[in-house]
Amino acid sequence: MTHHEASSSQRHYVPHPSRSPFTEGRRQSTQRAAKRTHHKPSPQLIQRMAQQPSPVLSLHTQNLMGHALLWRPEIALEQDMTQAIDEQTQAELDAFQARVDSEQKIEPKDWMPDAYRRTLIRQISQHAHSEIIGMQPEGNWITRAPSLRRKAVLLAKVQDEAGHGLYLYSAAETLGEPREKMNADLQSGKAKYSSIFNYPSVSWADIGAIGWLVDGAAIVNQVPLCRTSYGPYARGMVRICKEESFHQRQGFEIMTVLAAGNEAQKQMAQDALNRFWWPSLMMFGPPDDNSPNSAQSMAWKIKRYSNDELRQKFIDQTIPQAEHIGLTIPDPDLKWNEERGHYDIGEIQWDEFFNVIKGNGKCNRQRIAHHKAAHNEGAWVREAALAYDAKQRAKASGQVA
Amino acid sequence: MASSNHNLSIAQYAIGLGDDALTLGHRLSEWCSHGPYLEEDIALINISLDYIGRARMFLDHAATVEGEGRDEDQLAYFRDDREFRNRLIFELPRGDFAETIARQCIVDPFYVLFFEALMQSKDPVLAGIAGKAIKESRYHWKHTHSWMLRLGDGTAESHQRILTALDEVWGYHFELFEMTDLDRELLDAGIAVDLAALKPKWDSMIDEVLTAATLTRPEDTWRQSGGRNGEHTEHLGHLLTELQFIQRAHPGLQW
Ligand SMILES: [Fe+2]
Ligand SMILES: [Fe+2]
Repeated sequence: MTHHEASSSQRHYVPHPSRSPFTEGRRQSTQRAAKRTHHKPSPQLIQRMAQQPSPVLSLHTQNLMGHALLWRPEIALEQDMTQAIDEQTQAELDAFQARVDSEQKIEPKDWMPDAYRRTLIRQISQHAHSEIIGMQPEGNWITRAPSLRRKAVLLAKVQDEAGHGLYLYSAAETLGEPREKMNADLQSGKAKYSSIFNYPSVSWADIGAIGWLVDGAAIVNQVPLCRTSYGPYARGMVRICKEESFHQRQGFEIMTVLAAGNEAQKQMAQDALNRFWWPSLMMFGPPDDNSPNSAQSMAWKIKRYSNDELRQKFIDQTIPQAEHIGLTIPDPDLKWNEERGHYDIGEIQWDEFFNVIKGNGKCNRQRIAHHKAAHNEGAWVREAALAYDAKQRAKASGQVA
Repeated sequence: MASSNHNLSIAQYAIGLGDDALTLGHRLSEWCSHGPYLEEDIALINISLDYIGRARMFLDHAATVEGEGRDEDQLAYFRDDREFRNRLIFELPRGDFAETIARQCIVDPFYVLFFEALMQSKDPVLAGIAGKAIKESRYHWKHTHSWMLRLGDGTAESHQRILTALDEVWGYHFELFEMTDLDRELLDAGIAVDLAALKPKWDSMIDEVLTAATLTRPEDTWRQSGGRNGEHTEHLGHLLTELQFIQRAHPGLQW
């Protein structure tokens, strides 16, 4: 039994009829998802993540619950104004840096440089979008999974990813970024998501490869983020990383079974590895000498290792796994470097990476069109929920008066 | 041999229940990444997971008592639509959110009552599955109930949509309460549930939610059944084409 097979005993997702599903449902589903694994995070984790909410957040939350207006332009205005004011004194900056240097967590209420806030919003929302868009290539095989057990495990995995997305959107909201704005930025192309999800999942083995390589790379990226300087993000990553490691294991197990199967299955597995290997390496971002934002992020302890360091760690841990199950890494230049104590790899095709980011991957347009279509088709449902809540509030206040 | 016939009857009964759960679980899983918002995606995936879980337990039990060396996957992936025994309501396309909620509105209260009764079954495995599933179905019903209120008493559009959806699925609810010969045989043995006896309670649960949601109950002007005899709609064939694709393309392998 994997944890997923025993997973369906919690259901706190049922939204309370008198509350907006935008807020209530989210909190409940996050708690529910948290309880689904054997490795339960402390029950206070979600609470702690939302502790010390900024005034902006609580206003926004009230707004979500109280009015049909979902995106408050004054929040953006507020941010623009602070961006415009260039009077963050050196003393404040120094005090902030000192806190970061002494490994104290920055919390939503704390003063922080605007660039720090913006960097975090960009990174966390991009991470959230990746979780959400990633549901598409994996969801592509739920209805075709080759056994009932695989179907259940895949469903649970995709449900976890949706939960990660929610959790991360909530973390970004503690920085004053409304979820509806993040959603709009994703759909307009202003916000990015991990490029790996612009590659199609065309065979069952791709579900194995995604779990093994993509979740595997995500773990390497994310484990250091459990110690990132922004408190809500760091706490969120603790839970997410635990679930990602289950995902990685189940992906590797799919590949193991296929690689030990008949000729068609072996080919399926090797083909998936061939297609996903290089894009997985690209998940760590451009090489260090071409990574403009990295230095500042390191100083702020948002990042703790460079792109190349993380990529090397992933390569070193994954190659023995491939060898163990008898698959071949699609890189003729791959070799162990005794001196460095690491594997050397061939050249990464960065033009492909930038080309996909630019919108020219096989699935860029499909992924966004899918997201928009689901959002638009659900508009009447969201309107109904808001209208119902408004009626209930009107009734309640009528009774009070 | 009486006892082996008896086992075959239990296997048939469990296959019917497993097919119900499998087809509905499949339909609900089609919602993944299509929900009206993320919270609802999670809820629907979770409910789907419950149904797939039930399908596995029922089909595994069927395979065990049948004793012919089949397993849950052989039952799920290597039977054609004429051999599937699910009732028709479960195989209908997922439709839009109103259609999904309308179907759940019929199915959830039915399952709350059904599993309460099945918990008393003399077959300990069926009773055990019911004991787990009853908790799930109570939550499913809460979820559906809250959506019935929102859609029925939300906007004019949502009211109209849920009303239409309910009307389109209404004729399929009768089959849930139909007793087959197999049901009667196993009811006498203390194993199966008396479906007809569940109907009055179901009626009052439905009437309660419809009234609260400001909806009128559709009239009983048409009815469909036949799933337990393998007489299906056109939809099931397509569902199975997708569900069974890999196993049929590469039979006899481990996955
Ligand atoms: Fe994730
Ligand atoms: Fe994952």
